Amino acid sequence: MNRSLILGALLSAVFVIAALVSFVWTPHDVLGLDIPNKLKEPGGAHLFGTDHFGRDIFSMVMVGARTSIAVAVVAVGIGMLLGVPLGLAAAARTGTLLDEVIMRGNDLVFAFPSLLIAIMITAVFGASAVNAIIAIGIFNIPVFARLVRGASLSLWTRDYVLAARVSGKGAARISFEHILPNLTNLLIVQGTIQFSLGILAEAGLSYVGLGAQPPTPSWGRMLAESQTMFSFKPHLAIFPGLAILLTVLGLNLMGDGLRDWLDPRLRRTKR
Amino acid sequence: MLRFVLKRLLSLVISLAVASVVIFLFVEVVPGDPAAYMLGMNAQEDTLAALREQLGLNGTLVERYLSWIGGMLRGDFGTSYTYRTPVAEMIGERIWISLPLAVYALTLSTLIAFPAGIWAASKRGSLADVLVMGFTQLGVAIPNFWFAMLMVLLFAINLRWFSAGGFAGWDAGFLPAMKSLTLPAVALALPQASILARVMRSSLLDTLGEDYIRTARAKGLSRRQALWRHALRNALIPVLTIIGLQFSFLLAGAIIIENVFFLPGLGRMVFQSIAARDLIVVESVVMLLVFAVILVNFLVDVAYAVVDPRLRVKA
Amino acid sequence: MSLLQVENLNMNIHGIPILRNVSFGVKAGEILGVIGESGSGKSMTALAVMQLLPVGSVATGRVSLNGHEMLELDEEALCKLRGNEVGMVFQEPMTALNPIQTIGRQVAETILIHENVSRREAMARAAEALRRCELPQERFPLSRYPHELSGGQRQRVVIAMAIALQPKLLIADEPTTALDVTTQAEVLRLLKRLAQEDGMGLLLITHDLAVVADMADRIVIMRKGEVVESGPCPAIFSTMEHPYSLALLEASDHQPERAGHVFDAPLLSVRDVVRDYALPRESLFGGAKHFRAVKGVSFDIRRGESLGLVGESGCGKSTLTRAILGLEEVQGGEILLDGEPVFSGKRPNRAVRRKMHVVFQDPYGSFNPRWKVSRLVAEPFHLLDAPPEGREREAAIIGALEKVGLGAEDADKYIHEFSGGQRQRIAIARALIIKPELIILDEAVSALDVSIRAQILDLLADLGTRFGLTYLFISHDLSVVKNVTDRCLVMQAGEIVEEGVTDDIFERPQHPYTKELIGAVPQLPEKRQA
Repeated sequence: MNRSLILGALLSAVFVIAALVSFVWTPHDVLGLDIPNKLKEPGGAHLFGTDHFGRDIFSMVMVGARTSIAVAVVAVGIGMLLGVPLGLAAAARTGTLLDEVIMRGNDLVFAFPSLLIAIMITAVFGASAVNAIIAIGIFNIPVFARLVRGASLSLWTRDYVLAARVSGKGAARISFEHILPNLTNLLIVQGTIQFSLGILAEAGLSYVGLGAQPPTPSWGRMLAESQTMFSFKPHLAIFPGLAILLTVLGLNLMGDGLRDWLDPRLRRTKR
Repeated sequence: MLRFVLKRLLSLVISLAVASVVIFLFVEVVPGDPAAYMLGMNAQEDTLAALREQLGLNGTLVERYLSWIGGMLRGDFGTSYTYRTPVAEMIGERIWISLPLAVYALTLSTLIAFPAGIWAASKRGSLADVLVMGFTQLGVAIPNFWFAMLMVLLFAINLRWFSAGGFAGWDAGFLPAMKSLTLPAVALALPQASILARVMRSSLLDTLGEDYIRTARAKGLSRRQALWRHALRNALIPVLTIIGLQFSFLLAGAIIIENVFFLPGLGRMVFQSIAARDLIVVESVVMLLVFAVILVNFLVDVAYAVVDPRLRVKA
Repeated sequence: MSLLQVENLNMNIHGIPILRNVSFGVKAGEILGVIGESGSGKSMTALAVMQLLPVGSVATGRVSLNGHEMLELDEEALCKLRGNEVGMVFQEPMTALNPIQTIGRQVAETILIHENVSRREAMARAAEALRRCELPQERFPLSRYPHELSGGQRQRVVIAMAIALQPKLLIADEPTTALDVTTQAEVLRLLKRLAQEDGMGLLLITHDLAVVADMADRIVIMRKGEVVESGPCPAIFSTMEHPYSLALLEASDHQPERAGHVFDAPLLSVRDVVRDYALPRESLFGGAKHFRAVKGVSFDIRRGESLGLVGESGCGKSTLTRAILGLEEVQGGEILLDGEPVFSGKRPNRAVRRKMHVVFQDPYGSFNPRWKVSRLVAEPFHLLDAPPEGREREAAIIGALEKVGLGAEDADKYIHEFSGGQRQRIAIARALIIKPELIILDEAVSALDVSIRAQILDLLADLGTRFGLTYLFISHDLSVVKNVTDRCLVMQAGEIVEEGVTDDIFERPQHPYTKELIGAVPQLPEKRQA
């Protein structure tokens, strides 16, 4: 175990716990308006202050964690679920038409950043949190497919794969018995990184109105709503922004820490 | 080398063709009748028919696609339904904000990232390395639009060094125009620079462990000379990949950042068009941005070949 | 006075002792061979002379090079000596050159770093250095990139860089280990010639006694960071006393005792086998081109026989191996095992494949690191229609491990807990578990130290006798093939150029290529009569 792993895991855990707790309890109701208490500075009954409708910002940050984490988890899930098998298949059939089609498809999707996908979906179907999930998820597919294909190709040249072929095993069986287990570390690390990128992307999409819609609280939209007021009420922007920063920082530290911890090469040199 | 470039050029054209089909199908076919979609529920039958005529929706799918593509090749992107002006004209005005912003940010991030990455790698484990790694860790995690808001708070509202938003216009002169793009460019560049600096550092550390560095040291080169003469150019190869990949994030970031600073660029235009259901504008801007991403990846491929002689023969 | 004098050199890396009281000397014009197996500290000794030690190393004692006290000089002074008074050549020519600089520029850099000359003059002198290393300008212009050269040619470039300034001492660390035997002979001849012409001291580090026996003036034998014996060459071969030196000498030319019965009937027949590979297409519309890796090869292996297949890299022996194993379809001819084709109807033939298995070269890459030994060894059961289960399976695994000298307790371990030699034993156990008749040994002992190699060869010979196994022994190492096979095939450019009884081939080679190959093998001096 190393310091970045512990620090990162702790930071991420804070937000995951906040999101989970928000299902059963928040200090204040996030949907009800409380105009008399609007734009309160932090302190007293409202730890992070209140917004222009008098809603408690601390509670909204808690519920916003839920939105961010849910969007990012599902998007990474989509990316892994589709990207990993595609990458495995491309590597198992390298040089064939299947490989070529998968890789060119990947290149094509890479030309569409999630923001553009979200713009297209929103223009046609209207805005929603599901759009954000789909847009970020689609962008994650080629990320995992490429990663898995590249790493698998080098594993396919190992003699243990050759030994498995001599033992009569087919490409699919080898992919699942020999290739995939040796990719888990890589997938855990990349999954963490894509998770943090997903949180950032969700915040960006919600900020420009392509993500979660009112009244669902979301960090990105809280920042968008603070836009006209943050010059004289900075707390409106500070807390949701810090929440994004710290969650992403925590996940990145965890990713780095996991990489060092899981990579036996690094561990050996450190010992 | 020429052969390599031609080959890449061919794959660029193919990518563009496929991407354009995807965009066309999604925007013009998935909604059913785009004209009805754009006008909403209460449209009159004769306005609908007029719009269909104007959009050229009466032909077959293939005819419509070909006329769309043919128009774009001639610089005709159609006419915006809401603004009643040619889309090409609208893009022509706004691109002179978005494009300089992206280039400004890319330049800044490269200028910051390269020295920082090289410095950290050459002094691995030192205080300098720890500082660079710590700052970049923060830079990677910060959402750029939030960072932009913080900078507005500090530099525009408290210190009053910059205006909080808006664009001075190129007519006002180069420097004032650049000044109004500076805060947005910095907001875009710093997170990018953080990623790039980290990649530069780790790539350089990898190449410094290669056998040919040991060979160079055996020839009598100092650690520093080996780094500058042998490691750096080899380390650029993965850095180029990241620059290519980052460009699409940069474009997306620019669209978002324009909203923070009320810059009348492509980003603002596209969000207004979404609200107004102006599919023609959305379609054109998306196509243009996809073109930019594919073009940059082509340039990165060519840059690879310049750096690495092995690629000139292969691929 | 010696050119290089190493006295009581001690070295630790992060507190772990690597070298202990190492002392030796090299005179001008002398060739000193340093011999040792992996972990002997021979490469670290070289790096200590160059003062290019890894981070965290502490060296004490004395290293005096041409009057310079290397351990006391600062980095700047050392940079002035490296490349100028002492040059170094490394083992792996494929990675030793900067892939994105021309060879001319890399050789000229040695000159530009040390002397204040124009780039043009440096290039002219680089051309001269390359010519001395047998890379004349007409065929190998300075504008070549490393990837355009073969391994042997790259090693010549590295040598040219090291000798461009005619240093007093050249250190060569396993300079020919990664090369084919004929290339090895040429590079060794080149090194010897350069040392003579320039009156240069040569410190030649290798694991191969035979390599130094041919050319060294003196020999130092190292083991676990210490010098165990040293003396003039070749006299030392008849005077050596230290048990380790004697064991090393014996292992270097080890002849396992074999006593199997060879039947007349062929077990494996290879008939006119042709194997083509599609080359990457050059243009989008042109037809695919093919490379013919195996060009109509025919041979038989008789039951109980041990057949050698020798050839240099790229000769097609690996391709042939894959075809025999039924991994790839052939484009012509047929491969029959016990009368049945290994590949039938576009699919590998499971019933036939059960009768053979394989042991690969790399003891580290041959096993999935996430599996336990029991699962690894049992993998070939996949070929059986009704693989044993439960206790029966366990008994089979333990039986296979015991046959190769391991125990039941090893079944629950992971592969990283074993040494290279033990891993090769596990690979043999994996091959034995389905009781095959033919075992293909694909460079199976090439990556092992000589003493471990001797043990594995003994084990194979013993198993062959006990279970009546047939071996196909594929190797680039002729000295091993000579000692363990009954018959031998010589392969060159996809064809079998010579075939016969092993002893006949080695004593009376007929084909010019076979003669060249055998002539290139470094020889140990005749063994001391017991």
